[in-house]
Amino acid sequence: MLDITKRFPGVVANDRVSLSVRKGEIHALLGENGAGKTTLMNVLYGLYRPDAGQIAIHGRPVEISGPRAAIDLGIGMVHQHFMLVPVLSVAENVILGLHGQASLLDLAATSRRLSKLAAQTGLSVDPAAKVWQLPVGVQQRVEILKFLFRGADILILDEPTAVLTPDETARFFAVLRQLQTRGVTIVLITHKLKEVMAISDRVTVMRGGRQVTTLDTKGTTPARLAQLMVGRDVLLEVAKRPAMAERRPVLAMHDLHARNERGLMALRGVSLTVHSGEILGLAGVSGNGQEELADVLAGVRSIEAGALHLHGQARPWTHPRAVLAQGVVQVPADRLADGAVADFTIAENAVLPTHNRRPFSRRGILNWPRIREFGRRLIEEYDIRGARPDSMAGWLSGGNLQKLILARQITLDPDVLVAVQPTRGLDVGATEFVHRKLIETRDAGKAILLISTDLDEILSLSDRIAVIYEGRINGELLPPFDLDRLGLLLAGDEA
Amino acid sequence: MSLLVARERPLTSPLVYTLIVLGGALLALLLGAVLMALWGVSPLQGYRELFMGMFGSAHSISESLLKATPLIIISLGIAIAFSASAWNIGAEGQFYMGALAATACALVFSQAPGYLLWPLTLIVAMVVGGIWAALAGYLRARYGINEIIVTVMLNYIAMYFVQYMLASPLRETQARGVGYPQTDVIPQTIWLPRLAPGLRLHVGFLLAVALVFVVYMLLRHTTLGYRLRAVGYNWRAARHAGIGVSNALIWAMGLSGALAGLAGQLEVTGVHRRLLWGISPGYGFLAIVVTLLGNRHPFGIFIAAILLAALDFGAQTMQRGTGVPVALVHTIQYLMVILVVGGGVLRTHRLTLFDPLFRRREA
Repeated sequence: MLDITKRFPGVVANDRVSLSVRKGEIHALLGENGAGKTTLMNVLYGLYRPDAGQIAIHGRPVEISGPRAAIDLGIGMVHQHFMLVPVLSVAENVILGLHGQASLLDLAATSRRLSKLAAQTGLSVDPAAKVWQLPVGVQQRVEILKFLFRGADILILDEPTAVLTPDETARFFAVLRQLQTRGVTIVLITHKLKEVMAISDRVTVMRGGRQVTTLDTKGTTPARLAQLMVGRDVLLEVAKRPAMAERRPVLAMHDLHARNERGLMALRGVSLTVHSGEILGLAGVSGNGQEELADVLAGVRSIEAGALHLHGQARPWTHPRAVLAQGVVQVPADRLADGAVADFTIAENAVLPTHNRRPFSRRGILNWPRIREFGRRLIEEYDIRGARPDSMAGWLSGGNLQKLILARQITLDPDVLVAVQPTRGLDVGATEFVHRKLIETRDAGKAILLISTDLDEILSLSDRIAVIYEGRINGELLPPFDLDRLGLLLAGDEA
Repeated sequence: MSLLVARERPLTSPLVYTLIVLGGALLALLLGAVLMALWGVSPLQGYRELFMGMFGSAHSISESLLKATPLIIISLGIAIAFSASAWNIGAEGQFYMGALAATACALVFSQAPGYLLWPLTLIVAMVVGGIWAALAGYLRARYGINEIIVTVMLNYIAMYFVQYMLASPLRETQARGVGYPQTDVIPQTIWLPRLAPGLRLHVGFLLAVALVFVVYMLLRHTTLGYRLRAVGYNWRAARHAGIGVSNALIWAMGLSGALAGLAGQLEVTGVHRRLLWGISPGYGFLAIVVTLLGNRHPFGIFIAAILLAALDFGAQTMQRGTGVPVALVHTIQYLMVILVVGGGVLRTHRLTLFDPLFRRREA
């Protein structure tokens, strides 16, 4: 890719960016959110047309008119937001839009080929499963299989590990290496330094729409890359005081049972207690019941058995409104689906749970000046960039949207804050901000349950760690954390 | 090279949207002019006749606004349902149920004083129309049953029920011979006053104008409206924030039906003074078109309803004056709907004709 320029109204997303990827290499594209990584790759995949610049594949100049043309050239791209049809099965998704299909679909043959391919690459998945029922980690496998099935030899992966657990990430990297030995070229869009160091052969750093440099991974260090990426020295460790000495149990879960979307028992006796003034990290490989537990705590999934106690008393947990009123507030994992209304303004989003309270409304009539003022306050206090109270929440970047949700939920002054994957897909700056806010909230005496599959996040924030495995708490750890034991617990060993 | 390419772009300003709407309407009129010319009528003369028929005299203005009155009110209701992203296709049935309830109530309590009876019939019509629609809202909220299908089917039940009531229990008592399927005249105490002598336009039109503002306030300035919109845009986020999604759906549909029922009561007390078969020439369905043409906004609906109603009435005058059939005006009406509603895509997309695959800039 030579001198690629792409403008959007008001911004230059790519400014004369050149990128050269060698055949069979794993090339990391590193940069903060908004650095233009995804835009550049969308150009390569034919989703955007560059305003200027040229693309050559295997030395031949090409024009890529759309994803179909890109796929014909052997390019596949797995987006951060998956391009799957939820109601269709895995096999149906894979053959969707495939060339040379007869009118009659041979799903059985596809499923067989798919299973074989899956076995060869280690991307195990059930071809007959409906996509909407699969956890995100598995959906991602489907996305990759989709392109391998089409014979892609250049794979673009946009933040692939954002949805994976450390364990899954390790396995995923093994798959990537295996693909590499088969001659597949991989471009990995990421902002995680560890991943760059772990997997890539070369790395191109982008900042503010420009290409900063391209380096051999072996000849560089994480600190050097971080500096190039953000243009300043960043704090990689979270500054944190030890937790308060005096802690009272606030939220207690007793033997919780709940079913997942498929009607299978996903929580099989979760018992946990979260104390005031502590961050309890719930670690676990994704798909072990975290999503269901988060839903139960938000009041949107009913429990089959067990009880929830707040301040020592059993409480009903039937509706999100009741849960919020009891002071249990969640920062949901899926920001756009559960956290915010994209078509509402920032001010409107700011009062989503509080719109029917004073001062935002009185006797059913909204007080717009106060609502806007509150929106403005959150924007200022939480440094939500490029936003006015009347701008649409849907136009915010992931990091700024998360700041808005976090701001709104913390301002509710909860007793318990449940943060689910709070920094998934966020850049270094936003992640640092979210972490700092969680610690501040803890220091204010709140009880925080951090449900995350990002082990670094769990380790750097938690005062105590619990591990969930197959719908049960497999063990708890106190600092200093024993990483070997943590690994065993994550893998399901009783300890 | 592609013939036509649409690319997303940020939402355009209200000014651009106004231009799109006006442009679409103008284009429809131009196409209509071509059709008139093909019919052998001078488009200028045709449109003059049409406009005179719409607004050319006190009588035509009165008739145009009279026809617009139920359309405005029903469409406001449909817009409320839309705000919670629910489709109310059953306004026709809700209108009939409201008209029936108001008439029955008026006939049963005919001795009551007018200042009590009129509000009573209004409330009864709104409650019955509201329940008729809320039923669909409840089925959607509780069991996930598609409200479009339920409201369409409830239309048939409502209309056959009204037909039965007109055929026997509420049949006109002094019917001569076979008689027309209609009820007795309701007590004169609750006939709505007319706005000017000799004209049929009644005070119900003023109520419709007031309701435009009421519904605007409801959607924009009340907590209920806020909840409806939140649920309409993203029910999952609304639910997470403690907003009752089921309640919002039931309210949206219920209010929607209440307004259709209200429109039915106004037609009975303001225009016909009795319930008769065919009291609605399809208002409930035309209102869906009005709502879309008015971009689901109360003010837009107000303009769209008057425009479509006036075109309907003016078409008859034009047919008498120039021989251009009414159907041609209907064609213009729906061209307008297609062009204006379809033009809405320009708000969010930029269209390029004959788009080359790559636009390279010379270095």
